[in-house]
Amino acid sequence: MTMNEDEPTTRMNMIQAINSALDICMARDPDVLVMGEDVGYFGGVFRATAGLQAKYGKTRVFDTPITETGIIGVAIGMGAYGLRPVPEIQFADYIYPALDQLVSEAARLRYRSAGEFISPMTVRSPFGGGIFGGQTHSQSPEGIFTHVSGIKTVIPATPYDAKGLLIAAIEDNDPVLFFEPKRIYNGPFNGYWDRPSENWSKHPAGEVPTGYYKVPLGKAAVVREGEALTILCYGTMVHVCTAVVAEQGVDAEIIDLRTLVPLDIEAIEESVKKTGRCMIVHEATRTSGFGAELSALVQERCFYHLEAPIERVTGYDTPYPHSLEWAYFPGPVRIGQALKKIMKDA
Amino acid sequence: MVASELPRADAPPRNLPGLTLHVPEPKFRPGDAVDFVGIEVPPAGAARRPDTAAPAKDFPELAYTLVRVLDEEGRAVGAWDPKLSPDTLRRMLRNMALLRAFDERMFRAQRQGKTSFYMKATGEEAVAIAAAQALADDDMCFPSYRQQGLLIARGYPLVEMMNQIYSNRGDKLQGKQLPIMYSARDHGFFSISGNLTTQYPQAVGWAMASAAKGDTRIAAAWCGEGSTAEGDFHSACTFAAVYRAPVIFNVVNNQWAISSFSGFAGAEATTFAARAIGYGIAGLRVDGNDALAVYAATLWAAERARTNQGPTLIEHFTYRAEGHSTSDDPTQYRSAGEPNAWPLGDPIARLKQHLITLGEWDEARHAAQDRELAEYVRAEQKEAEKNGILGHGLHQPLDSLFDGVFEEMPWHLREQQQQMIAEEEASGRPWARK
Repeated sequence: MTMNEDEPTTRMNMIQAINSALDICMARDPDVLVMGEDVGYFGGVFRATAGLQAKYGKTRVFDTPITETGIIGVAIGMGAYGLRPVPEIQFADYIYPALDQLVSEAARLRYRSAGEFISPMTVRSPFGGGIFGGQTHSQSPEGIFTHVSGIKTVIPATPYDAKGLLIAAIEDNDPVLFFEPKRIYNGPFNGYWDRPSENWSKHPAGEVPTGYYKVPLGKAAVVREGEALTILCYGTMVHVCTAVVAEQGVDAEIIDLRTLVPLDIEAIEESVKKTGRCMIVHEATRTSGFGAELSALVQERCFYHLEAPIERVTGYDTPYPHSLEWAYFPGPVRIGQALKKIMKDA
Repeated sequence: MVASELPRADAPPRNLPGLTLHVPEPKFRPGDAVDFVGIEVPPAGAARRPDTAAPAKDFPELAYTLVRVLDEEGRAVGAWDPKLSPDTLRRMLRNMALLRAFDERMFRAQRQGKTSFYMKATGEEAVAIAAAQALADDDMCFPSYRQQGLLIARGYPLVEMMNQIYSNRGDKLQGKQLPIMYSARDHGFFSISGNLTTQYPQAVGWAMASAAKGDTRIAAAWCGEGSTAEGDFHSACTFAAVYRAPVIFNVVNNQWAISSFSGFAGAEATTFAARAIGYGIAGLRVDGNDALAVYAATLWAAERARTNQGPTLIEHFTYRAEGHSTSDDPTQYRSAGEPNAWPLGDPIARLKQHLITLGEWDEARHAAQDRELAEYVRAEQKEAEKNGILGHGLHQPLDSLFDGVFEEMPWHLREQQQQMIAEEEASGRPWARK
């Protein structure tokens, strides 16, 4: 981290932290530009871009037509010109029309032009469920993009990380998908949908420097040190896992991956070799999810240290349901059962 | 019987014959005699030329006619005559002839097994050459795969193009791209994608960036008529119209998308220039085999773009005289008589006739120029082949396979790179090195 200890800090939720990152990047670099559906005058449906148009003007922060293909294609052209665009896709569920521009264009431009043209854009997009969003406002499509060579995938789990990772992503010269877990925009959701929810005001990572700092891409965070097992997770699941581990009194080591590509394999290996057990938790559907890649990597690298089969806890292979979303969501019960199973013979 | 199968009391009587599905079919197939009388060719000079400041809605008819300058006798007539100097006309003719000579040579190189793939622009030379000469050299081009004429008109070295086609040691793209998918940033030529029309919204983004920065440069994009069906085309038109982006959209209507005739992109119902009307974009339909019409239309569109009048969509009505690529055999799906029967003639022959009519050129000079250009291309080819022809593992260091996926190579690529090097060493192949 490149943060100065003397820097002033303030309480922020994740939206405010993201807004602060955008504000700082726009102030520092006149080539940073923000665009997307409803991001301009209104400031975004989640308010992440609030106030930016008033501050930086309509040619640097503006609304777009409702065509994700166009938004990403235009951002690639802007990047080729020399700008550093930060397009917003309003919900990750809407990103599919832009798939060709992301996969065949943004991710491949540096390679196919031998570095003549690059695509230094950061695509921000709220993802994940737990907000009664139904199947078109709840999906976690990160596994589709981690499969694509040439694109980075970043997922913050706290306001502090959201700001530092977003600044690092914007300054990165490769295309970055920045998926924001919208269920924890306002607080570190512990998975208990039927209990009062907390906000970020009491969480240590809700204390955020007001100035410039970066959290490097490709570095995981050890959220909780422990000896009994390793839990690999990211986004909302970091907080659900933390709550379950506290409840069960298990001495788990919880790793927040923060970046899926490039992955912090060293942190994973070191932890699993120490604990001998590995549980992987994500909200996305199970089959061919990023958990499958994590499971394969741990098996390949830590097999002789494993004392139990790797456990995967995920969403189900169904569309994200509306009324039954808490039955789909990998909440404390599902995680708790998996935890008991993997610790059975310990 | 379930409830939904019961006839509704208020349902209208169903006494109509069954529906029929219309599947377009081109007029001529292999073996058919060709007669293009159905194609309307308005006289040269008939189309009016609106002021470049006129709103797009004032001239919808220009999206349905053909802007033509060169008449049947080779004279330049009408309001669209760009009144070019003989020197400029000769340069245009030379560039077009050079493009054709280059295409011939590279097509043959592919047939000789020196590369994997090639695409000619035969019959469409005016589309890229005249446009490049009408644009400023620093305007940014977002081409499709058949606008190599842009590079030729901008003086990009033929050796560099050939190096790319051969994926050889001199290839600036390090053998990473299919032949002819050039990238030439310093010549205002964007990296070509094999995916269709993805460059359209990208061109709009470049143009929007130029406008946002108060720059003076504009962007131009090209796609075929077939790929106007892609969603990217329509996204680009919407974006360009909304922000009045300084961009020129060129639709090269060469009648054929591999084996699918233009009817499968909607040509039976309307023109491609008419796509502009729904977006409120200026639309022009131009005789694409008339280099002066292409030049004049491009200049007009560029002036609109440079004066913040926004985008223009130009349909270049032309004909793909040869196969889609070296992998295509057009005799399998269209009549061999089509190229010669094409009512708008050959673009090089027409410009040559114009210069002869002006008394600025003659057949002997033309033949001499053709010989000179063929010799020039041959010499450039010899030069390029000193850097090698296509061959697996011959020209690029093996470990370069992993360069450029990201700016910095992450651990997983580094691991795979080491695996590949070990695999090559184990293979015992003579070219395994590093």
